[in-house]
Order: sequence, then structure tokens, then C-alpha cells
Amino acid sequence: MTEINGSEADNGIEVEGLVKQFKNGPRAVDGIEIIVAPGEIYGFLGPNGAGKSTTVHMLTTLLPPTAGTARVGGYDIVTQGPDVRDEIGVALQEAALDQYLTAREHMRLQAGMHGIPKAEALRRGDELIARVGLSDAADRKVGSYSGGMRRRLDLALALVHGPRILFLDEPTTGLDVQSRTALWDEVARLSAEEGVTVFLTTQYLEEADSLADRVGIIDTGKIVAEGTPDSLKEEIGRPTVEAAPLEEGDLERMRSVLSRFGSLERADRGHVAVRLDEGSADLADVVRALDSESINVQDLEIHAPTLDDVFLAKTGRRLEGAAKEADEAGDTGELEAVPA
Amino acid sequence: MSAGTAVLRAPGFAGAHTGMLTQIGYLARRSITRTVRQPILFVPSLVFPLFLLAVNASGLSAATSLPDFPTDSYLSFALGLTFMQGALFATMGAGQSIAGDIQHGFFNRLQLTPLRGQALIAGQLAGVMIQGLVQGVAYLVVALAFGAHFEAGPAGVLVLFALSALVGLAFGSLGLAIGLRTGNGESVQGVFPLMFVLLFLSSGALPRDLIAADWFQAVATINPVSYLIEGFRSLFITGWDGEALGLAFVVALGVLVFGMWAATSALRGRMERT
Repeated sequence: MTEINGSEADNGIEVEGLVKQFKNGPRAVDGIEIIVAPGEIYGFLGPNGAGKSTTVHMLTTLLPPTAGTARVGGYDIVTQGPDVRDEIGVALQEAALDQYLTAREHMRLQAGMHGIPKAEALRRGDELIARVGLSDAADRKVGSYSGGMRRRLDLALALVHGPRILFLDEPTTGLDVQSRTALWDEVARLSAEEGVTVFLTTQYLEEADSLADRVGIIDTGKIVAEGTPDSLKEEIGRPTVEAAPLEEGDLERMRSVLSRFGSLERADRGHVAVRLDEGSADLADVVRALDSESINVQDLEIHAPTLDDVFLAKTGRRLEGAAKEADEAGDTGELEAVPA
Repeated sequence: MSAGTAVLRAPGFAGAHTGMLTQIGYLARRSITRTVRQPILFVPSLVFPLFLLAVNASGLSAATSLPDFPTDSYLSFALGLTFMQGALFATMGAGQSIAGDIQHGFFNRLQLTPLRGQALIAGQLAGVMIQGLVQGVAYLVVALAFGAHFEAGPAGVLVLFALSALVGLAFGSLGLAIGLRTGNGESVQGVFPLMFVLLFLSSGALPRDLIAADWFQAVATINPVSYLIEGFRSLFITGWDGEALGLAFVVALGVLVFGMWAATSALRGRMERT
């Protein structure tokens, strides 16, 4: 495992052989190794029941690991829990708010529990409420908030004591596109402008792809792939070209031409898709070959590989399908089993 | 989210931990705010005890003609049971409140702060105390309006509320223990009828020495709830009865000590944080 040295270590996360075995359940986390550099946004991607939330609960000191350890902000999660908690802000999967309190009252309570003096707590509370766009609703009871408003308040609460590391457990699940984008923007800003390290779990490919500097893909408690989104896609990654002939009668001839450049893939009706053996470099040859065979092309698209393709390559399943399987198996509550 | 100046970092507050009393203050404020903003919470704890009081006072008034019955007003006699019933509602309220926090994740939010376990317990009980106080005032006002006697006078009212608060805290701590142990509101509700068994197997309906069935008298004698009821009752029908009041305060303190031990132990099991 690579060491994070010097001052950098204060703001990073190092996970070494972390295991969580539940007494009446599966090995939810099975010896994972992760390094998150200071200021980095690390996307932890996987289907329901993969071990994401269990990992977050261990890294945030809420759940003791069965084996292995981790250092968060330079502190050991097993032996220095209180120090870890001082360094981190956490927004867990369900925005845990008191429906009978207002946003401002939540801020006052959270700041007070962290030992922030009253005047400063009020100032910071108002600033954070404004930053997440809740000023107009600051004195309304949270029970009347929408899902997006709750998430935003949850994020603001996680930031009240100025943490240097932020854990967000599926922060955009159930949010509309607008709320999701707003939250992404704020997370990206925190990392870019304030150097906050972000550990973000998600089951959304798009979220990991667009927000994370690096992605770890977890399945059945094990990390199956890790790297930048681009490097992961490149690793498995040959693009697919999908084309449709202008004349429907040319479909078979088009299939025959394209199959010279790679393996045929499933395609929409009236289309032919091929995963290119030589990557994007083949594209010009594909166009020339179709032209030389006098096949008029109605539509031609090149698809870059996605993180779902990465997941498929590593696990043999689509991420969407894996999530459905976990749901059907009732495996969405990772933390419901009794700790060993 | 609005754009703006970067204001989120607040270096210097990491590790600036609050003291126990400050934490209790914040958590108590939350607990009281929650309680006050849920007037529906007061409905069962006011309606049921007062309804039972009305039924008992009208249906069992003939009991006052029994030889050696200590008062001629069954309404005054039955008020001890009413105050005790209120305390049992406090048990359920406290248990459901903490179980709800566990179920909805608020407990984890608090665990991620420098929270001290004792502060959580004490803070949660603040709401229970307020609920107990409001109930106590309501029971007293309604009872006096309907002609109940209060022999202990104005100073006795203070003792009544002090005992009421103490019993509320004691049974509230038991509720907290159950809520922390089960982490489930329905389980807390499931325990509630069992608590009522204690109420009915007590001296709530008749003085112990007038209970005819030997087994019932024996059970009522070893049932601590009898002594709490008799303490409340003494203020209404006797005045200043040192023995009854002393026993009631001692039993309430005993239940409180046991409840706090059980709640602390359950909290230790629940707070897995490292």
C-alpha cells in the first residue's frame, strides 16, 4: 500500500485490508484497499448491497471493522475515533433530520455539539444555509422540505465545523435532475476551491463519471476496479461503432463490412454495432470500407465505453442488473445484519 | 445552490469539544422543542388517564363506604393512579423518541459529533419532564374543578410536581432503555401494555389493606408502583404523610437509578462508534 506522506496525509484516506463480517450476514466488506489523495473526489461505485455504506460507516467510525484498518485525516479509525470525527463531515444515505426542527435550529444544534461558540455558530449557520440556497426556508420546519432541500441541508450540516474530509453516502439518490446538478456543483467547488477531500458513494454511473477524480468499483465487498474514469474505460475500452444503412436492404452487407473491424454487438433495430478491435483509429477505415462497398449511411455513431462497460467487464453483469438483483434479494440494507 | 464567497471552512473548531452541561442544554432544548411542537403527543396522555379517572370516580365511588376507606371522595383517592398513568405515557414517549432517532439516522448524526452518552440520555429526558409537568398541571386542574380535595395545600402542589417530575424521569429512563435496546418504535409500543399490568396489579383501585384477595394484596405489596401511587394519593387525601411520601420518593429514585443504569448500558451497546 502506498503511503501518503507528510502534511498531505492529514487530509487523505488510507484503507488497508478493511473487513466487515456480520454475524448473521455476509462478509459485507472483504479486505478492501483504498487511497484517497488530499483534495480528491473519490467515487465509490457499486450496486445496492455491494458494501459501500458499510465501508462508509467504518471509515466514519460508526462501525468497528472486523479486521484491517484505515487512517482518515491521519488518524486511525479504530484507535482514534474522536480525532477522526473532528476531521470529517458526513452526510449518510438518508438525510437524518428532525422534522420538527427548522434548518436554523439544526445548525445551532450541530454547531453547538461541535463546540462552536454561539455567535460564530449563528454566523456560520446562516452562511451555510445561504450557500445551499435555503435562506427563505431557514425558519420552516424540516418536515415541510422536499427531498432536495433535505439533502442540501444535510450537506450544510456536515460542513458546519469546517471538516477537511467529507463523506457523502449516495447523496443524490431520489433527487430530481436540478437538485442533483446543484449538489454536484457544490461538491466539486468544495474540492476545487477549498481542498476538501470527498469520499462519495453512488450507484449512478453518470455521477461517478462526471464528478469523481478517481473511481473505485465495489461488488460483493471487493474492489473490482479502480482508477480515473477515463483510465478505467480505456482499460477495457474499445469504442463501439453503430451504423444504419439508408436502404434497409443494405443491412446484411453493412453487417458483413463492419464485422471485419471487430466483434458484433447488440444494436437497435435497423442498426449494426461493432466493438472496434483497434479503437477509434479504425473509424476512418470503417467509413472508407462502407463507401467502397457503395453502402449509403443514414446514421453512424461512435460510443465510448462507459463505467457500466467496466463493471460488466469486471463482474460479468451490468451495474443496473446487479442493483436489481440486490433489490430482489432484499439486500438493500447493508447494515441491518448483526455485527460479529 | 447559490454561488458566493467561499465561507465553508472554519479552521480552529476541530476538537473544540463542548462540556457535558452544554451538550445537555442543546439536546434538552431539542427535546423540549420537539415535544412542544407535537401537541398530539399530549392527547393520549391527557385523555386516557382522565377518562379512566372519570370512569373510576363514578363507577367505584361506593368503595368509599367500605369500613376504613381513607376518604369520602373516590375522585381524590383515584388521582394517584392518574398521575402514575401519566408517567407510563412518558415511558412510551421517551422510548419512541429515541427509537425514532435510531430508525431515521438522527442518532448517527449525533454520534458523529463529540456527543457524550450521558448528555444524550439527560437531554432526551428533558422533553419527558416537560410533558410530565404539563400533564400534572392538567390532571390537577381538572380534578380540582370536579371537586377533588387537595389536603397538602399550596406547598403540597410543589411536592406533587416534584414527585411527578421524578417519577416521569424514572419511567422515562426505562422507556429510553427499551428504545435504545430495541431501536424500534413498534417494539416500544409492544412493551407498553406490560407496564400497564404493573399499574393494575397495584393499590391503584383500593388501599392495600382493603384488597380482599390475598394473592392480589401480596402482589400489590411487592409492586413498587403501589408506593408511587400512595405517595401521590397521600397529598390529595391525607396532607403531609411522611412515610407515604418518603417511600414514594425512595421508590422513584430507585426506579430512576435502575432506569439510568439500563439506559446507559443499552446506549453503550447501541453506540458502536470507535
